[in-house]
Amino acid sequence: MLELKEGERHPVDFVLNGKPTRALAEPRMLLSDFLRQELGCAEIHVGCEHGVCGACTILIDGVPARSCLTLAVQAAGRNIQTVHSLEAEDGKLSDLQEAFRRHHALQCGYCTPGILISAERFLRSKANPSEQEVREMLSGHICRCTGYVGIVEAILETARTRAGARS
Amino acid sequence: MKPKPFTYLRPANLNEALQALSRFGEDARILAGGQSLLPMMNFRLVQANALIDISRLDPLAYIREADGEIEIGAATTQAQLLEWPMLREVAPLLSAALPHVGHFQTRSRGTVCGSIAHSDPASELPLCLATLGGTVVLRSPKGERALTADKFQTGMLATARRSDEVVTAVRFPKRKPGAGYAFMEMAQRHGDFAICAVAAVVIGKIARLGVGGVADKPMTREWSGLLDGEIEDALNDFAWDLGGTDDHHATAAYRRELVRRLGRRAIEEAAKCSS
Repeated sequence: MLELKEGERHPVDFVLNGKPTRALAEPRMLLSDFLRQELGCAEIHVGCEHGVCGACTILIDGVPARSCLTLAVQAAGRNIQTVHSLEAEDGKLSDLQEAFRRHHALQCGYCTPGILISAERFLRSKANPSEQEVREMLSGHICRCTGYVGIVEAILETARTRAGARS
Repeated sequence: MKPKPFTYLRPANLNEALQALSRFGEDARILAGGQSLLPMMNFRLVQANALIDISRLDPLAYIREADGEIEIGAATTQAQLLEWPMLREVAPLLSAALPHVGHFQTRSRGTVCGSIAHSDPASELPLCLATLGGTVVLRSPKGERALTADKFQTGMLATARRSDEVVTAVRFPKRKPGAGYAFMEMAQRHGDFAICAVAAVVIGKIARLGVGGVADKPMTREWSGLLDGEIEDALNDFAWDLGGTDDHHATAAYRRELVRRLGRRAIEEAAKCSS
């Protein structure tokens, strides 16, 4: 049985946006703090720290997760993706990110990394979502700037464009 | 907003998890999805000396059909149950209730058994368990026991689980022939805690209603041969008997009104789906 004692820092090995990564964490350290403070992932925005606001959402083995409700030590052996996994290596934005820009789907941008990563995962499971389904998915994120209209538009447009490209 | 220090344990099997639980005593907690436990630890409403992580115990991640029931293992997430192709056919009440459990981004981690073990009075899955009369399977070093929902659920965030026991599975009765089911809730936003949630089962002349979010645990009541004119009085009595109180989400009077209206709507919809 793996036992990581309290108050001690333990190595955590995992894959971060495609790169093998190792850093030290106490058992009590949240994955959100681990990524942002130990590994310099400035795209991890910490809002409420109890799983309500959605700003810190990431993918763990392709599954959406609140990094504030995950322990750093739980990331061991996992594949972690932040919003940076969406863009190309040269920094070129993805189609979804471009759509957010076109539709003014952000103002201050605090909620955006979480929304983008969860919208990307959502579109993979539902290629042709209704507006209602997009809004239900967005209930897991809080945006205090936009009123969500631009965000919904950007996600629906991306779904339509991708569907058009497939057919 | 950070948890107090604790030791993290990752057992390789259920027996190791039970050993760890016995060793660290009643301040140890089982960690599965963490979607209820970690917020409470961040708030320091829960102060655990050890977390025993069972989320990687693959033998506990299953959905099984047997003897008129479906059994769901302790590592199965809410999203996995919602995506199970048989769900709507086999367990229509769960199929209707699960989309209200948290959000897309928390169902992916949160487990079915974890929600039931946590026993929040406003949670949907404990309400379904109570309404359907399901069972909770508990394992300790001494052996296994199964408790029905009414024995397991004892109050606000309180259950009959002993400190050396792990909830290893829950069992929900399958859809009964000819029965109709309905689930409805009122929350401030989709996915928020329910101000009032109702689950209804109608079989022939028998109507059973469960209510969450009002009393300190899910409460159920069953009526037989209710006539159209009697349902309002019956629901009104139930609404008052639940003893809801005012809080910053809603007044007691508003909650009683929700029990009367949602209760009626759910029973009518369940009756429509029954045959």
